[in-house]
Amino acid sequence: MRSPQDIVRILLPVVVFAAGLLVWELTVRAYGIQPYVLPSPLLVLKTLVADWPILAQSLGVTLLTTLEGFVAAAIGGVALALLFNQSKWLEYSLFPYAVILQVTPVIAIAPLLLIYLQQQTAVIVCAWIVAFFPVLSNTTLGLSSVDRNLAGLFQLYGASRLQSLLFLKLPAALPYILGGLRIAGGLSLIGAVVAEIAAGSAGAGSGLAFRIAESGYRLNIPRMFAALLLLSLAGIVIYGVLALISHLMLRRWHESAFGKES
Amino acid sequence: MAEPALPGAEADAAGLAVRLRGVTKIYDNGVTALGPLDLEVRRGEFVSLLGPSGCGKSTALRLIAGLSAPSAGSVDVSRHGARQHGSHGIGFVFQEPTLMPWASVRDNVRLPLKLAHTPARDADARIGDALDQVGLTEFAKAYPRELSGGMKMRVSLARALVTDPDILLMDEPFAALDEITRFRLNNDLLSLWRNLNKTVIFVTHSVFESVYLSQRVIVMTARPGRIGAEFRITASEPRGEEFRTSAQYAAHCREVSTALAPSYAGQAGA
Repeated sequence: MRSPQDIVRILLPVVVFAAGLLVWELTVRAYGIQPYVLPSPLLVLKTLVADWPILAQSLGVTLLTTLEGFVAAAIGGVALALLFNQSKWLEYSLFPYAVILQVTPVIAIAPLLLIYLQQQTAVIVCAWIVAFFPVLSNTTLGLSSVDRNLAGLFQLYGASRLQSLLFLKLPAALPYILGGLRIAGGLSLIGAVVAEIAAGSAGAGSGLAFRIAESGYRLNIPRMFAALLLLSLAGIVIYGVLALISHLMLRRWHESAFGKES
Repeated sequence: MAEPALPGAEADAAGLAVRLRGVTKIYDNGVTALGPLDLEVRRGEFVSLLGPSGCGKSTALRLIAGLSAPSAGSVDVSRHGARQHGSHGIGFVFQEPTLMPWASVRDNVRLPLKLAHTPARDADARIGDALDQVGLTEFAKAYPRELSGGMKMRVSLARALVTDPDILLMDEPFAALDEITRFRLNNDLLSLWRNLNKTVIFVTHSVFESVYLSQRVIVMTARPGRIGAEFRITASEPRGEEFRTSAQYAAHCREVSTALAPSYAGQAGA
């Protein structure tokens, strides 16, 4: 089924990646660069295996924080959008503050949160602050892009507000909500990392970002790279899983789930 | 002072499905879209509203459906069917199929029943009938995107029929379809109307379509829409393809076209 062009498309990035690693490895060896300056890819991999017990535990902590932040953002974003959709006054009163939360850099908010909240709570709140806005704005957009005639039809058949919401607005908004969640997944990881680093500089924590900061202080650069690699992989997996869920939920009806040909 | 009558009671008593009296519609921006308009449609009648774009014929339909309120005058719609089965008594077909893309054909047709909390067994039987009436039984599980334009329109029609309404309001339903498909749907609509004994108010900008389908063609003037002329199409029933090529059909089309021409006067490109 796959055309040669498809194979090239998959193969090319892999080749570029392998070539990059090779150049990196050879450069480190040829110039005898010390591991505390730049570790070779192989050393990073070895460190990843050797330090796995510590790193795996940290990965678990970070992923849990990300997940909690993500779930809070998903529920909070959709719920706020639903409230705004039901009451214009509420939207006018609160939306500016949602924007302010969004545009203020979270790395500047995190230290403040750490003062007023318990560390674990602060980290989750950080992840939530970064991630909820795309869910909120996408859901708001989705809820208001209902087909006018379909809305008229619901009115004609005397649909209640709840029926309109459940059978019309939410399904119509679903592609937008899923799009927002896909962005929120990556962002909640970023929020978790930012908060961990802020918390780490206060000398406490156990997540992956904390490991990076801690390894930096100890000049354990290979472990820094190994932790970074794990974070990157986590981000890719989160995005992939959310994209897959989105595809599965929309594949029967939404344009985004079909190829250009169909 | 007499007590205000129940909505629709007056129309009911006169054997009418719809009665509009002195109805005008002025939009929020001050533009008068319609009227004053007086219109009476008998129960079981097939009436076309014919006019140029923007003459308010769709607005008239939305007023009758209760989707919008008149600025002045009264809209009286028979509640005959509504009393019978607790439904609205009105079916509406838009120019676009207006289907829910996330729902199958069956679930799209189910919508009016679902909103009215109709018990599942009763609903299934009605959906089966409605799909049968428009010839889409085999496509019950398909999704809208898998259907052609004509089939989507049939789904829309089945959804309007599923509550067994007395009055069917159709807003240029076949305007976007190719000619062959439109002719076929015209014929199917005519046989549904004959068999099901519905009142149909059909909005169109096609002289040929209005003459072919209707017992009565109402020609509307340019904005604000008023009744410009009225024609009874006296061709014998049932009408079929041979009617399209008859001299009588051509004569009707000519007189309706002549009456419609002033509505286009002053329009660029007319």
